[in-house]
Amino acid sequence: MSDGPLFHRDRTWHPKPLSPDYKTSVVRSPQKALLSMNTTLSEETGPVFAHDMLGELDNDLILNFAKPGEMALGQRIIVHGRVLDENGRGVPGALLEFWQANAGGRYRHAKEGYLAPLDPNFGGCGRTITDENGSYSLRTIKPGAYPWPNGVNDWRPAHIHFSVFGRSFGQRLITQMYFEGDPLIPLCPIVRTISDPEAVAQLIAPLDMNNTVPMDARAYTFDIVLRGRRSTMFENRMEGN
Amino acid sequence: MQKLTHLKESPSQTAGPYVHIGCVPNFCGITGVYDQDLGSAMVNDRTRGERITVTGTVFDGTGTPLKDALVEIWQADAEGIYRTGDPRSAGDPNFTGWGRTAGDYDTGVWEFETIKPGAVPFPDGRIMAPHITFWIVARGINIGLQTRMYFPNDPMVANDPWLTRIEHQNRVQTLIAKEVSPTTFQFDIHLQGPDETIFFDV
Repeated sequence: MSDGPLFHRDRTWHPKPLSPDYKTSVVRSPQKALLSMNTTLSEETGPVFAHDMLGELDNDLILNFAKPGEMALGQRIIVHGRVLDENGRGVPGALLEFWQANAGGRYRHAKEGYLAPLDPNFGGCGRTITDENGSYSLRTIKPGAYPWPNGVNDWRPAHIHFSVFGRSFGQRLITQMYFEGDPLIPLCPIVRTISDPEAVAQLIAPLDMNNTVPMDARAYTFDIVLRGRRSTMFENRMEGN
Repeated sequence: MQKLTHLKESPSQTAGPYVHIGCVPNFCGITGVYDQDLGSAMVNDRTRGERITVTGTVFDGTGTPLKDALVEIWQADAEGIYRTGDPRSAGDPNFTGWGRTAGDYDTGVWEFETIKPGAVPFPDGRIMAPHITFWIVARGINIGLQTRMYFPNDPMVANDPWLTRIEHQNRVQTLIAKEVSPTTFQFDIHLQGPDETIFFDV
């Protein structure tokens, strides 16, 4: 009963493509209006990823790049949550890929110029696939905040990037997770591309003391919502579609 | 009044300049974590259909190539069936239908080795011309851009039920690839300017 077209995106909830305070968006945002269409099979279908493609340490950024017997430096954290659709149902089999800076705020990337040092035991990438309830978890170190060339003194709040696949290519989403209580969140030009404070709040993960592992790692909860699909009960479709 | 229980979609945020770390780590020199980058191989020796190369560059509003874009494509197999999620049947097991690649660090050029897709039906049963769905993210792009590539000299394009809905028919050519050779198609994407590619809210 929910295999109809995808719900339309609420473009007022998402960031505006042209956000002049995020300077790079000025020449990279389409200037003509997006053409509104209803989804077809091309958007409603999508790639599926099997659990058996995952390595044992894929969702453990503390260990997946570290030398044997060593670990990434930093504050140990667990991030866990569910991938849901807009109907509130868990999305099983959703591929999540995540990447982040190290504890000092430095990315392992050729185009990165921040003076903070690399951590030889931290690569900064991980991935997982949600279980039958849409749940996932990962272990990492808390990324550092870092300065970036935009305004003369802009700093990114600590964040983890998430790339998400649901069941439909039209659900494809990349977003960022922020941490409860970070004073840099309201100052950040990238966060501020989102105009609704409630939408920003949806990207801030709260500290979850119940799931914190004593003497080991704090937990943060981060749920991700993907587009839902309409019920087909009154959809007038040709047989076979 | 009762309350609607729908959740809101998580708002998008830019993929940023370091999207390679998470999506194509081997490409950016982070090796030993994954065997290979996802989406780097769409076909194998047994894939049915005509082998083609799809290549292009994403340009910003100044005409400068984006050297940090990530491009993903999704397409039907040679018979017009999607590999997964298609209610009609399962597609060619030797074709993934999904590809991902990053633009070259120096030139911004990207390339996919794939097959020519078959035609897929529109929801009302009419047939859409063969096409490839594109999704583009990069630093400065706040929400992934969705577009489609069609093939040149395809007589089905003129009656395609998706393309004929477009008011400004003089922009449809921005969705049609150029034939570089009989098996190589070039699809340049312009984020702005007189040749701005049509992007969809779909």
